[in-house]
Amino acid sequence: MKTFNRGGVHPEENKLARNSKIEVFPLTKKAVVFVSQHLGAPATCLVQKGDKVKVGTLLAKAEAFICANTHSPYSGTVTKVDVATDFNGFKKPAIYIDVEGDEWEEGIDTSNDIIREITLEPKEIVDRIKDRGVVGLGGAAFPTNVKYMIPEGKKAEFLIINGVECEPYLTSDNRIMLENTEEIFIGIEIMKKALGMNNALIGIENNKPEAIRVMTEMSAKYPGTKVVPLQMKYPQGAEKQLINALTGREVPSGKLPIEVGCVVDNVGTALAIYDAVQKNRPLISNVLTYTGKSVKAENQKNLLVRVGTPLQEIIDYCGGLPEDTGKLISGGPMMGKAIMDTTAPTVKTTSSVLVMNQKEASRQKETPCIRCGKCVDACPMGLEPVLLGTLSSQQKWEEAETECVMDCIECGCCLFTCPANRPLLDMIRVGKFKVGAIRRARAQQK
Amino acid sequence: MEMIVIYAIVAMTVAGIVLALVLYLVAQKFKVVEDPRIDQVAEKLPGANCGGCGFAGCRGLAEAIVKAGNLEGKACPVGGAPVMAQVAEVMGLQAEESDPMLAVVRCNGGKCNTHQKAAYDGAMDCVSANQNFASEGGCSFGCLGLGNCTKVCKFDAISINPETGLPEVDQDKCVGCGACAKACPRMVIELRKKGLKDRRVFVSCVNKEKGAAAKKNCDVACIGCGKCEKVCPFGAITITNNVSYIDFTKCKMCRKCVAECPTGAIHAVNFPPAKPKAEETPKAENTVETKVEEKGGNNENVQ
Repeated sequence: MKTFNRGGVHPEENKLARNSKIEVFPLTKKAVVFVSQHLGAPATCLVQKGDKVKVGTLLAKAEAFICANTHSPYSGTVTKVDVATDFNGFKKPAIYIDVEGDEWEEGIDTSNDIIREITLEPKEIVDRIKDRGVVGLGGAAFPTNVKYMIPEGKKAEFLIINGVECEPYLTSDNRIMLENTEEIFIGIEIMKKALGMNNALIGIENNKPEAIRVMTEMSAKYPGTKVVPLQMKYPQGAEKQLINALTGREVPSGKLPIEVGCVVDNVGTALAIYDAVQKNRPLISNVLTYTGKSVKAENQKNLLVRVGTPLQEIIDYCGGLPEDTGKLISGGPMMGKAIMDTTAPTVKTTSSVLVMNQKEASRQKETPCIRCGKCVDACPMGLEPVLLGTLSSQQKWEEAETECVMDCIECGCCLFTCPANRPLLDMIRVGKFKVGAIRRARAQQK
Repeated sequence: MEMIVIYAIVAMTVAGIVLALVLYLVAQKFKVVEDPRIDQVAEKLPGANCGGCGFAGCRGLAEAIVKAGNLEGKACPVGGAPVMAQVAEVMGLQAEESDPMLAVVRCNGGKCNTHQKAAYDGAMDCVSANQNFASEGGCSFGCLGLGNCTKVCKFDAISINPETGLPEVDQDKCVGCGACAKACPRMVIELRKKGLKDRRVFVSCVNKEKGAAAKKNCDVACIGCGKCEKVCPFGAITITNNVSYIDFTKCKMCRKCVAECPTGAIHAVNFPPAKPKAEETPKAENTVETKVEEKGGNNENVQ
């Protein structure tokens, strides 16, 4: 069975919510929608206090190249346009909506019928993806349409679909693969048409045998799309590692996947593209896993949540927080970020609310580095985390740059494997941030 | 046997003389002519290589001064006026007058005045924490209290007070080099004029949120109400982005704003405690332009 060639770790998989069917989360009464929910330039807000909006009304428009539209996930009245606190406690521009009913904009297909025929031309598909505000749901929220504008001189040979879900605990991708199988495949057909090729690979880790079976059965109906089971190893879901596992190719340092002829998207994104192109639905909801070791079995849920739902409502819906809660995490335990404010609303890429108990949550005491080299073995990018961490804490930015600090994918393998509990990733991220700033300043000078 | 020793001595002496000659000639041929004043100026500078002047170490400043031939915009914040007078003497110039500067921490939240909402257990580094969350108290503008400023201080002048969780500047040790201001990812630390008798009036808050939001997280936040701006007779106070700022070149330290501030965000330090309405009017002290302040503000934007 295939896997990527270098590094990686094996965290406990803990897919506790894998058997819970996707439930549709009830609409909230007071929603808060962030104006920008993507990577790149901020979007421009189009609505103001008192405006009536319907589901699918454009709230914020993308005006830069790497930027995405934001649509209203609710119908109701805009009560104010102000700042709101995000998960990390930072204030960001947001639109407050009082929800009244559930009225959709005209031209949006709200039925659950599967539409198989793809009528749009490749150019129209890319425009539709941009118009409907689709962003990568793998976590980075990169505007999807940009990936489908292949630069001059490059050719897409492989469309790689990421159904790996290598993060422990998360089960949302697994559930949509089981419950929205055909929609995902039609989404892949649309992507292939946009790219003008017929060669898609779906990578799924072998800890999801049911998803592999269902997807393989469906792939018989859609020639040119192949399901590839992969050996379990974290971080296989990272773009570069997945390309390596499936094609054996290596993305050069600082380059994008298209350099080796690959376009990578998540299964969630494939579903969002299906909704956008076939049903004209904007990206206004996603599947979120509510899980944790201390959470009761009946409260482990996969929920289809509209963007802008306050987190506290999700927690209450799932029976409230267990008593020994130590920390809440948005995203997986390896790469997710701690949530400091539960009043914050969800965004397009909120893939989970993970409840960690006190035992799991606390960091162990940091001790001196014993030069064991475990982090070097674990690094899937072939970097030396111990060196990068040291250079960053000594503020040697130039040296950190020559040691390829910018190639770090922040997967956290080094931190996970370190027997001395050193905050390697924390310091590397500082280094990345500083080197990034230095590079931008350098580019501006030129 | 004895002859061998003599031969060896003679041979080594001759070889030594010849090679010395070669070295001498080569050194003459490739001689780098350096202005002797660079060494003289560098000798007068403190030699801490703190970079507070904006050049790469003390020698960098000396080279820049000699190359430019003037002292405009080139001053050693550590040595201050006495050192610059000596440098001016070497250069045969008149020293520019500049006030001694001091680092001022413009946050008074810390553990005492904010309500803890989260506990941080990541790397003890302000830049790292700033990437991850607002702060333990919930304010996303104020001090994180992890001490990046204390790590960069070459003069041991700034330290975190364990009770308040905020950095405190030792005004006797601080030389105003601005290293801490540059290290702070939230630009909480500012270089301000040391002031007559070390007295200073400043707004101890950088929170740009609207009043209610700022007050929610911190008891002593500046709410941008504008009372201080109205009461100031010298027009030294401006409110931008919901936070007040006192221009230390205009402030005459009358302390009317301190009395007016509803949240206690404006601090007056080193004033005698018993005289609440004392009118200190230091004259002619506030006219000199200071260049160092700009550097403090030119930090990398880290938001």
